[in-house]
Amino acid sequence: MKCGVVLLPGSNCDHDVYHVLKHTLGQETVFLWHENESVEACDLVVVPGGFSYGDYLRSGALAARSPVLAAVRRHADAGGLVLGICNGFQILCEAGLLPGALLRNRSLRFEHRDVCLRVERDDLAFTRRYRKGQVLSIPIAHMDGNYFGTEAALDELEAAGRVVFRYASPDGGLDDAWNWNGSARAIAGIVNAGGNVLGMMPHPERASDPLLGSTDGLALFEAAVESLKESLEVAR
Amino acid sequence: MKARVTVFPRPEVLDPQGKAIKGALERLGFTAVSDLRAGKSFDLELTTADRGEAERQLKEMCEKLLANTLVERYEIELPAEGWR
Repeated sequence: MKCGVVLLPGSNCDHDVYHVLKHTLGQETVFLWHENESVEACDLVVVPGGFSYGDYLRSGALAARSPVLAAVRRHADAGGLVLGICNGFQILCEAGLLPGALLRNRSLRFEHRDVCLRVERDDLAFTRRYRKGQVLSIPIAHMDGNYFGTEAALDELEAAGRVVFRYASPDGGLDDAWNWNGSARAIAGIVNAGGNVLGMMPHPERASDPLLGSTDGLALFEAAVESLKESLEVAR
Repeated sequence: MKARVTVFPRPEVLDPQGKAIKGALERLGFTAVSDLRAGKSFDLELTTADRGEAERQLKEMCEKLLANTLVERYEIELPAEGWR
């Protein structure tokens, strides 16, 4: 069982994710440099937040074409677990691993605050420790988090149950006032058709220690590690 | 050969930057602007002298990297004289 954190020029949440996986959860964890041609047999690959390549061209656009992302794509195609957080979500969309695009926030401001997230799926490797309808407190910190998809694509996502998290009020309501970046249908996180690639704008690694005010994000990493261990047991 | 590629948000995509710039123009007294879309442009110097080949390559560049065609559209210009 091995975890990898992708390290792109301009990543800045890589060490936070590494800390959670390596020190909080005690898992073997390595960094995967952007020029890597493989994910070095990692079972879980995290594409962390930051400003990869200075957000040049479009957020995530250049990272999506880097060698390590080709390796991440092969890992995902083989059913491997991939988690993209914030800039990592933007990168997975730019790479075509997830549908849609993340546009400039409706407010035109960098939005950074603890937000309430409503859990829409509790049956995924990443979300099995949550309950459907549960409201989590996890921070966001981004300029381009306004999820966009065509109406048809959004309907398809909804019909397939691929919306995993939505921005919500503390009691789980979907009032627009709680949709901090203007995302279509308040979407904060989605999963691919296979259920193994999750992209989300909020930062679970920043809600993984009581010192940081919330541990709601830790359960996501615990769930991924737990389900990987189970599938490795089955394979043995 | 010189080429210019311009990339703009698609009409159905909200363009908050364009809206904010339009608002600033209005505050400066330019009230005759009814719409403004903010885009970006790329000036390229190509090694090929074949216009057809240049167009083919530029289109591929736009599809693969320069534009995110889900939310942006692009235009390719290959002026006979080029730009300064």
